Amino acid sequence: MNKHNIKLPDRVDRIVDIANCRADFPAFSQEINGHPLTYLDSAASSQQPAIVIDTVAEYQRHDHANVHRGVHELSHRATEAYEDARDSIGTFVNAASRREVIYTSGTTESINLVAQSFCRPTLKRGDKILITHLEHHSNIVPWQLVCEQTGAELLVAPIDQQGQVDLDTLLALLDEKVKILTITHVSNALGTVLPLRKIIAEAHRRDIPVLIDGAQAVPHMPIDVQDLDCDFYAFSGHKMFGPTGIGILYGKEAHLEKMPPYQGGGDMILEVKFDGTTYNELPYKFEAGTPNISGAVGLGTAVDYLQSLGMDRISKYENELLAYLTKQLQTVDGIRLIGTATQKASVQSFLLEDIHAHDLGTILDRQGVAVRTGHHCAMPIMDFYGIPGTVRASLALYNNKQDIDALVEGLGEAKEIFSG
Amino acid sequence: MLYFQIGGDDRISDVRFEGSGCAISVASASLLADTVIGLNTADALKYSSTLVERLAGRTTVDDNGEGINLGKLRALEGVKEFPSRVKCATLAWHALNAAIHGASQPTTTE
Repeated sequence: MNKHNIKLPDRVDRIVDIANCRADFPAFSQEINGHPLTYLDSAASSQQPAIVIDTVAEYQRHDHANVHRGVHELSHRATEAYEDARDSIGTFVNAASRREVIYTSGTTESINLVAQSFCRPTLKRGDKILITHLEHHSNIVPWQLVCEQTGAELLVAPIDQQGQVDLDTLLALLDEKVKILTITHVSNALGTVLPLRKIIAEAHRRDIPVLIDGAQAVPHMPIDVQDLDCDFYAFSGHKMFGPTGIGILYGKEAHLEKMPPYQGGGDMILEVKFDGTTYNELPYKFEAGTPNISGAVGLGTAVDYLQSLGMDRISKYENELLAYLTKQLQTVDGIRLIGTATQKASVQSFLLEDIHAHDLGTILDRQGVAVRTGHHCAMPIMDFYGIPGTVRASLALYNNKQDIDALVEGLGEAKEIFSG
Repeated sequence: MLYFQIGGDDRISDVRFEGSGCAISVASASLLADTVIGLNTADALKYSSTLVERLAGRTTVDDNGEGINLGKLRALEGVKEFPSRVKCATLAWHALNAAIHGASQPTTTE
């Protein structure tokens, strides 16, 4: 039971079957265009379980007030809900302290925060920032901006045809001019999982801090930021069965302590005077203004829900499903898989003959199958393959083999329509 | 890529397109080529604005009373059921407008 007396689903009968969790998600009880919903677009945004939706609603009905400032009962409840969620989330990723868990509006803001507050103050002409060719625009553009602002240079580690990062080149690019290495954990377009511990160890040998874009990793596998030893780790609530508009920046306390604030305003201060203002301690120094309290409550609940299932079990289940997805797609004549790294999670991009991705997506939608089509906010990857975009199917814990069968059937339909 | 050949008499003497696009954008470009070849630029622009307005749902006119009858172009109307695909149908026509007005940047539907 969580503090709102909303019962977490009974896990005893769920020990062996993650797939039954689908029943926890209200979105799946609808039909789309006369077909059951086959939702294969969790990489864009995930569905929320009833417990997240209900807990947020309960908060809004009974526990809402502004946080941190009030002496009245509702303010205490709101603050407790907000801070308890922070603790849950910190434990979920094994942060050493709650001072290292900053609420943001999402991965994008988290990355911008690091770019502006950690890098920009000390970056100068001749310095370098290293990313990979796999990155999502949110882990490219903030760095382009900071390079424009400071005269620093953006370097890109290349990938190969399978969608794997060329590790030798990446490591060779790590020289004393590189002030941060900022890379994805799991590629949203190709599903590639990077060998982070090894990369981070190598970067640290050269005193280079590392930021990880974990948006596509946190929903699918256990994350231990201390074990990874990353300097920063960013992720979003809405990709992990929580609400939109909330996310986390994890940062090592030593870094966050030294960084100037990102946004100024209420709550991130201790004292405001016109002749000088002092800033609040961590984590509040980086949380200006009234936060997305209900979003935080939702994310904390999503974390509790995932903990009740176990990320190891979710990961195992999804890996089996991804293997099935890959195998079934390969039975479709004319399929071209894009992103075939040996270590992958959740995602399979593909094209079918010379049918445009948008057309495939629209035809699949008619069958109730939701996939994403286009560049997936990863235009450099599309340029690399010389294509305008792909169709991307992405898996989460509520998907099953029937979903994959429906996708393959839909592709058969598409072939029929275009073969005439 | 859309190519227009406009003669000194202000008539569109040739239209060609190349490249990869979704089925709707290709169909639209193909219908555009059929429609505007031989027209003067003023009439071509009238077809363009009538069609774009109709696909955007801002008018139900397909004959604007000035001799512009959408005819075959009405086949594109089905795209209204797919709001995210309307831009696919109108892209070629925006390019036509840009070409006639002598633009030098690539055309978008924004």
